[in-house]
Amino acid sequence: MSTKITLAKGLNMGLRKAMEDDPKVLIMGEDVGKLGGVFRITDGLQKDFGEDRVIDSPLAESGIVGTAVGMALRGYRPVVEIQFDGFVYPAYDQIVCQVAKMHYRSKGRSKMPMVIRIPFGGGIGAVEHHSESPEAQFAHTPGLKVVACSNPVDGYWMIQQAIASDDPVIFLEPKRQYHADKMDLDESVQPEPLFTSRVVKQGTDATVLAYGPMVKTALKAAEAAAGEGKSLEVIDLRTLSPLDMGPVFESVRRTGRAIITHEAHVNLGMGAEVSARITEECFYSLEAPVLRVGGFDTPYPASRIEEDFLPDLDRVLDAVDRSLAY
Amino acid sequence: MTQQPGFGPDLVEVFGPSQRDGGPDLVQLLTPEGERVHHPEFDHDFSAEDLRGFYRDMVLTRRIDTEATALQRHGELGIWAQLLGQEAAQIGAGRALRPQDYVFPTYREHGVAYCRGVDPLNLLGLFRGVDHGAWNPNDNNFGLYTIVIGAQALHATGYAMGIQRDGDVGTGDPERDAAVIAHFGDGASSQGDVNEAFIFAASYNAPVVFFCQNNQWAISEPIERQTRIPLYQRALGFGFPGVRVDGNDVLATYAVTQAALQRARDGQGPTLVEAYTYRMGAHTTTDDPTRYRLSDDVEHWKLKDPIARVEVYLKRNGLADDAFFDGVKQEADELGHHLREGCKALPDPKPMSMFDHVYAEETEELRVQREGYAAYLETFEGAHS
Ligand SMILES: Cc1ncc(C[n+]2csc(CCOP(=O)(O)OP(=O)(O)O)c2C)c(N)n1
Repeated sequence: MSTKITLAKGLNMGLRKAMEDDPKVLIMGEDVGKLGGVFRITDGLQKDFGEDRVIDSPLAESGIVGTAVGMALRGYRPVVEIQFDGFVYPAYDQIVCQVAKMHYRSKGRSKMPMVIRIPFGGGIGAVEHHSESPEAQFAHTPGLKVVACSNPVDGYWMIQQAIASDDPVIFLEPKRQYHADKMDLDESVQPEPLFTSRVVKQGTDATVLAYGPMVKTALKAAEAAAGEGKSLEVIDLRTLSPLDMGPVFESVRRTGRAIITHEAHVNLGMGAEVSARITEECFYSLEAPVLRVGGFDTPYPASRIEEDFLPDLDRVLDAVDRSLAY
Repeated sequence: MTQQPGFGPDLVEVFGPSQRDGGPDLVQLLTPEGERVHHPEFDHDFSAEDLRGFYRDMVLTRRIDTEATALQRHGELGIWAQLLGQEAAQIGAGRALRPQDYVFPTYREHGVAYCRGVDPLNLLGLFRGVDHGAWNPNDNNFGLYTIVIGAQALHATGYAMGIQRDGDVGTGDPERDAAVIAHFGDGASSQGDVNEAFIFAASYNAPVVFFCQNNQWAISEPIERQTRIPLYQRALGFGFPGVRVDGNDVLATYAVTQAALQRARDGQGPTLVEAYTYRMGAHTTTDDPTRYRLSDDVEHWKLKDPIARVEVYLKRNGLADDAFFDGVKQEADELGHHLREGCKALPDPKPMSMFDHVYAEETEELRVQREGYAAYLETFEGAHS
């Protein structure tokens, strides 16, 4: 039996399921209780699980993550909500120095089964600090795992898998997709493992790599390109650390071309890493250099011009054309 | 110094001569001269055995410190964070703990570690560079040392919130009710994390004791650079009690910490204990305190030595004989020997071990890197043979 759900609903259902399955799962963050979070992802959970498990916290990000470290050490599995991407930085020290290193430092004696949920990316017309893409900062930190969901069904499964993981997971949610599209969720269909990338559309002429909010754009690009007789393969990376490059290498060896797109700034972004790995592994299969389409290396601009900052259909197609022209 | 009326105390009042001895609110049970005094709230009965135990613990703790300092001088340790002068603060706090309580230390809690039953040899690895802490935090409920100052205050608070959720506070069962203690310094009290920890602890009434050893210095920065009010008074602004205790008085430190821990175990929430003490040595073995502090100050604090005053009290009241003092000295010598021999024998980690425990569930990426490096290393071994 399947239900039609949005990404917001998928995440909410996934969180609920995880809390039902394991009494050690806790949710912490600003406004996650009565309000259900500013994006309503935790809607109704405090009502059903109580204030001790869905914890409205003081407005202190380092405090939220730092106390979650203590909870994890006590045997709980905290799921922390950072209200907006741009507000994760006060907690950056706790995340990279404590959360990421506790298992290593303790030689595996102290686990950090923590999920840090971050609504990320732009496209919602928000003010400053509400549209950032900080994934590279965390993917650069050993000890953390970083994933990004792109659709409602993945949202449902990936959040549960992240909570079940004994490693700390930075869980990125494309906020502009929260309420965008509905999808059929069939719970009897087994999900794919968490740390895997996936071909979401097959093609033969070039491979477009994306994650989070850009997967939708990449699929649209593939559709538009098909109209012009070009066949694009689209891969949803899903996991940014570790990267699951197997399907990417396989695809690029077939198509000979790769374009990676993300909202984050191009300089030292995920695209740089992905491109380097493709070059190292698929050098003799490449017909063109790996191209990157991302946000410019400017601070995220005022929202009236964010559409110019964000890579869109045309910029992706332009890169495809440049790739095919080699 | 001029001051507008109605705007609180100025620096002279707070840190002037009247405060050099801790100010009027300092809780003390044994004076620097070794006289037993009484306190209306924190008095406590100590048996002769308790007092001898405190003495022994402090002597052994000082020995750990002097031995490790010497090992550093001999190049066996890269660095050492000395605790000379802070023995009473640590033993008083450490002995007030029950087995089920949990400690979140900073990097200088060698005396507390000793109280928790951590083999002092395990403390050396971090400073020698063979590991990041060799003890299992859950064996003795003594967390690993924290280098980022103040970070552990939040971990302690979160852990205390876990204790609450486990229902292990306020049951009245002394074997079950548990509290957490977070250690940090006066410099760390300026960190956001410590202040956020205060807020979380107050807001949730978490069973945590914040134990600040105010040793007057944060490397070269004096306490005046961290605060304009006595630190224990900060607690009031967060909504829980703060107490200043003579940190060179092991009896008072024990009594106050014990009461604060019991408050926490009973479900009455957090307390800030400011142990007013002095760092007699350098910040660490790489530091040169003559560049920034007056020898006069050090001389002044020498008169308050935490061990000497217990010794005087024991002797004057006939609570310990020569055999006891000789026995403690011998024990200290044995401990010194254990540390000297043990330190040199601490094996360097194998290079490949750097890949261990990065994740609970290792990634394929890291596995490939590990194998690549192992193969690379093997090419050298081949070249040599
Ligand atoms: C966040 C952070 N900043 C700076 C340092 C470097 N540092 C190590 S100890 C120290 C002074 C700490 O003083 P205090 O908190 O009073 O503790 P004490 O060492 O005197 O016991 C500093 C600045 C650090 N470890 N962490």
